[in-house]
Amino acid sequence: MQKLTSPYKWGMVIDLDRCTGCGACVVACQAENNVGICEKQEIAEGRNMHWLRIERFWVGEYPDVRVRFLPVMCQQCQDAPCEPVCPVYASYHNPDGLNGQVYNRCVGTRYCGNNCPYAVRVFNFYPHEWPKPLDNQLSPDITVRTRGVMEKCSFCIQRIRRAKEEATLEGRIIRDGEVQPACAQTCPAEAMTFGNLADPASRAARLARSPRRFHLLEHLGTHPSVVYLKGGGREHV
Amino acid sequence: MSDPPGTTKSVSQTNDELLSSLRPPTLAWYLLAFFLGAVVACGLAAFTWQMMNGMYVTGKNRPVMWGFYITGFVFWVGLSHSGTMVSSILRLSRANWRRPILRAAEAMTVFCITVAGLFPLIHLGRNWTFFYMIPYPNQRGLWPNFRSPLLWDMTAITSYIIGSSLFLYLGMLPDLAIARDRSTGWRHKMYTFLAMGWRGSAREWSVYHKASTLMAALIIPVAVSVHSIVAWDFAVTVVPGWHSTIFPPYFVIGAILSGVAAVITLMIIIRKIFHLEEYLTPLHFDNMGKLLLVISLLWTYAYFVEVQITWYAHEPIEWEVFSYLSSRYTPQLLIMLVGNSLLPIIFLCFRKMRRSIGVMLLLSLWVNVAMFIERFLIIVPTLSHKNMPFAWGSYSPSLVEILVNLAALAGFALLFTLFAKFFPIMAISDVRELEVREAKVPMGRTRLPSIAGKE
Repeated sequence: MQKLTSPYKWGMVIDLDRCTGCGACVVACQAENNVGICEKQEIAEGRNMHWLRIERFWVGEYPDVRVRFLPVMCQQCQDAPCEPVCPVYASYHNPDGLNGQVYNRCVGTRYCGNNCPYAVRVFNFYPHEWPKPLDNQLSPDITVRTRGVMEKCSFCIQRIRRAKEEATLEGRIIRDGEVQPACAQTCPAEAMTFGNLADPASRAARLARSPRRFHLLEHLGTHPSVVYLKGGGREHV
Repeated sequence: MSDPPGTTKSVSQTNDELLSSLRPPTLAWYLLAFFLGAVVACGLAAFTWQMMNGMYVTGKNRPVMWGFYITGFVFWVGLSHSGTMVSSILRLSRANWRRPILRAAEAMTVFCITVAGLFPLIHLGRNWTFFYMIPYPNQRGLWPNFRSPLLWDMTAITSYIIGSSLFLYLGMLPDLAIARDRSTGWRHKMYTFLAMGWRGSAREWSVYHKASTLMAALIIPVAVSVHSIVAWDFAVTVVPGWHSTIFPPYFVIGAILSGVAAVITLMIIIRKIFHLEEYLTPLHFDNMGKLLLVISLLWTYAYFVEVQITWYAHEPIEWEVFSYLSSRYTPQLLIMLVGNSLLPIIFLCFRKMRRSIGVMLLLSLWVNVAMFIERFLIIVPTLSHKNMPFAWGSYSPSLVEILVNLAALAGFALLFTLFAKFFPIMAISDVRELEVREAKVPMGRTRLPSIAGKE
């Protein structure tokens, strides 16, 4: 069997010292990926569909209170806990190092959601509708998910696919900065940097070597592709 | 019943008594079957409602993706260990007191595992695509994922359903032949078909004895593996509170605990309904009580070890799960500890208690309530407080989930009611075998113990 290899290993670097917690990435993600629109009740029940959430933490005691933000999306783990537990391969690893999710393969055991330490997998508890004229906003590149299936951040795989097709036509590989997911594109503070970690010269790879780097829940050994940057003498801010 | 002690009752009299459950159903039986059927219908309606609308009709949410359904699943798999425990282990250890209860226990195994097997299908987000999990030939050449514990589950449960059905059927063959010889009409035809031409020749008996001993030995590893695999569903994850190496043996012990308790409950019910006081004596309850005591001690040890190691390690996320469990679910935790450890250990030490039907009924029911809570406390608090504190949540079951779980209980009872009406619920040939062995044989003017007294 031919071994599947790829010149890409997609990753993201999020600089927490830059993040202002504005939430633009959350909105961009929702708009880009046909993420279901939730009713107020749905969110109150803890069934919101956001692929990307901004965790907010208060640090310190009044009056010296600071707030810290932590954007969390699928960490695209290299040793992902969600993958081996799926009985039907709906959750799988693709050659570019992404955790793929095949919506029409998913039977909805929700085992992956339980086993994800980052709790970033969302389940379609409700059937979702896009009332007119919101349906015009639906992206034709992405499946609209039915109720009963799991979904999660894909690093905007449709954008990666498109860039790959263009690059293949021109007989080259994707250039650094040519493709980025909606969240990174939207971030006004430029806290998110997306790129090919397999290319040591890419901006993301260079940032990922920063001494400020850390992974979420590093002790679990999931080897995430999302790198966070924090500190550098300003950790009290 | 007027026989002098020490003599064997006439064959037909024993058969009559033991087959009394097969007499035409009374009004009370119809009422019971109707009531149970109605509850099952409610559960089916609830399930249909869930399938038509979506999983939002359950109480599950983002961090707590499993709830009452998986609790029910683990609980019923646990109950299904009754038959294997009582029947095979006692058969292999040649405990004669097993004989009057083994059929009920074996039937219980089959029905419990059948009910349990439905839960994973009920809890799917898209139930109608359940066959994706079966390794069937398809165009894409795609296999199910053999690394997934859910697939191991399915394999183990299918094996256990097949194995325990065969075990039940094999043990029933001679009794089906007795029923065949004493029935008429369509029942006669049914028993004729099922008895597969059993005539009771010496050769048949010898093959039968070999086969049932072999079957008893083979079914034990299957039973142990089934609940170990169910435990792996939790133990192989990276979820704090689930990822624990003690889970497989701990789950097996819990399963046997609830299984033995359920057999005791069932013995009491059968004894009462079919007036089998003569066959299910306080001696049987005494022995079952001792068994329950041992298993309860084992369970207590396993639970103590699990909590104590976590407490000693004090790994922050794991300890958070336990703290949350004990603060949010304090009453449930107490009911569980009292029912699984405290009461059985205190009461079952005394012969008087073990021989009291009332005490045994209360204890056995409480153990099973406690075991359901135990399953719940393993699944839900853990998922509520996982690694990311920002994404913590909580869970309470919805009406739909409660109805489906009640329907599972009623469905099990209904299957059992039907089984008891159409099949011999007492293992006639085993009981009679014991009677013959124990009977004294006339020898001249005296009566001497039979030489066939030993197995």
